[in-house]
Amino acid sequence: MLIRRASDIRSSDVTDERTYLQRRDLIRLAGGIACATAVGTLVPGCSEHPAAESLAPAAPAAAAQATLENVRPAVVSTDEKQNTFEEITSYNNFYEFGLGKNDPQRYAGAMRTSPWSVKIDGLCNKPANYQLEDLVRPHALEERIYRLRCVEAWSMVIPWVGIPLSAVLSRAEPQGKAAFVEFTTLHRPSEMRGQSGTALEWPYREGLRLDEAMHPLTILAVGLYGRTLMNQNGAPLRLVVPWKYGFKSIKSIVRIRFVERQPATSWSMSNPAEYGFYSNVNPEVDHPRWSQSREKRLPALFASTRTRMFNGYDEVASLYAGMDLRKHY
Amino acid sequence: MRRLVKPLIGVLGVLPLVWLTFAVLTGRTSANPAEDIILTTGIWSLRFLLASLAITPLRRLTGWNVLIQYRRMLGLFAFFYACVHLAGYLAFDRFFAFDEVFADLAKRPFITAGMVAFALMVPLAITSTRGWIRSLGRRWQLLHRLVYVSAIAAVIHYLWKVKADSTLPLRYALLLAVLLGLRLWWLRRRLPRPAAAAPAR
Repeated sequence: MLIRRASDIRSSDVTDERTYLQRRDLIRLAGGIACATAVGTLVPGCSEHPAAESLAPAAPAAAAQATLENVRPAVVSTDEKQNTFEEITSYNNFYEFGLGKNDPQRYAGAMRTSPWSVKIDGLCNKPANYQLEDLVRPHALEERIYRLRCVEAWSMVIPWVGIPLSAVLSRAEPQGKAAFVEFTTLHRPSEMRGQSGTALEWPYREGLRLDEAMHPLTILAVGLYGRTLMNQNGAPLRLVVPWKYGFKSIKSIVRIRFVERQPATSWSMSNPAEYGFYSNVNPEVDHPRWSQSREKRLPALFASTRTRMFNGYDEVASLYAGMDLRKHY
Repeated sequence: MRRLVKPLIGVLGVLPLVWLTFAVLTGRTSANPAEDIILTTGIWSLRFLLASLAITPLRRLTGWNVLIQYRRMLGLFAFFYACVHLAGYLAFDRFFAFDEVFADLAKRPFITAGMVAFALMVPLAITSTRGWIRSLGRRWQLLHRLVYVSAIAAVIHYLWKVKADSTLPLRYALLLAVLLGLRLWWLRRRLPRPAAAAPAR
């Protein structure tokens, strides 16, 4: 992989930073006024409310991500309209940096992503501790334009750049007993302010069945829109499993482990009645607190898009032949 | 001076809406403007509801009886933002699929709680006019005690809605508990005490 410091970012991709900042200040000011004047200090948490915050985002993280070279387009991509870089990098669920949708953009800059090592171990013949470069370099980068369907019933179309997870896993030579793969996010509370809170049990962990992990649609993403990932999107290395709800696509991965039994996963640990291990996009199986039958394709106002089984990736259906997906939600 | 207070509250009351409209029209919302609209109007409805519930305790504590003049306005703003909040859910989230709305109401306690909070506000808004107050007489006050139930349902709706962190809704719950607790406490003190034993003669 060739990573070059960005001097040749297409200007169309980047909002002029000064305009951006001024605009944000204006909104923050307006929000502050509305908050402070209407009820004064009578009401708790006025300024901390996530909705108010989402309208008053902070300064952008540095737009100078490195450009990725030799990215080849992949056939499995969708040609649906892509979300803008700004949408994809300003509206995130990454609880390690706070619960507000804009918190990751605000605070993820504190996370150091270099150097970065990834430990691959467990039931495999070639366990190793890779530097990120060594993990990624042997593989050709591919652009994969995927739909991302969040369990919260919104969706985006995102041009990822990544490598097939199967290629990385094969290098480690999984043993016959390995039936699942467990992933772990970086745990570094000093740089990840949300990890001081108890929203979830840290570090974040996720898992896939080995055949799901080996499926050609499953990738490890290192980039977005032709450039390396922003921290709020899970830099420097994240999973993307397009037929599952977004939270399965674990961010900022530091460990990949082959295991025999189904691993515990963060959201399922937090609320097993609402989040299962499989978490396949499924319009037939509602979240206990809301319907999953439709979705808002952001930035649309209306949830006018019908959610499709497996998020429209029918080619994975055979992985679940004979399984009751109501039981294995 | 005092004549200016009501218009001022009116202006401040529409500010969140003005700000929201401005943000939506100029693309200054998050990538999910519908969510911004629904969350912002929901929270402002709850804030106005609690503000209207704060009038009576404030009046008692400060002796400023003039405050009572502003209570209806606060209550109507609460109702107004609840209307926008509900309309946003029906239009944006459910895309007017009313079969899905009824399914939500039956299956999802947090939607049920929100709808209860809203439904109870409807008769209160309707009977908030001078004519209704006069014709209902003492029953008006009785009817408008429904606001306590509505506020409790609204806080429950908020609590059950959040995915992982209940800190904010709990703060609102606490504030509501204080506002209602004060009333209970005053009510108890006003109840006739058991008569002191008659002095022996």
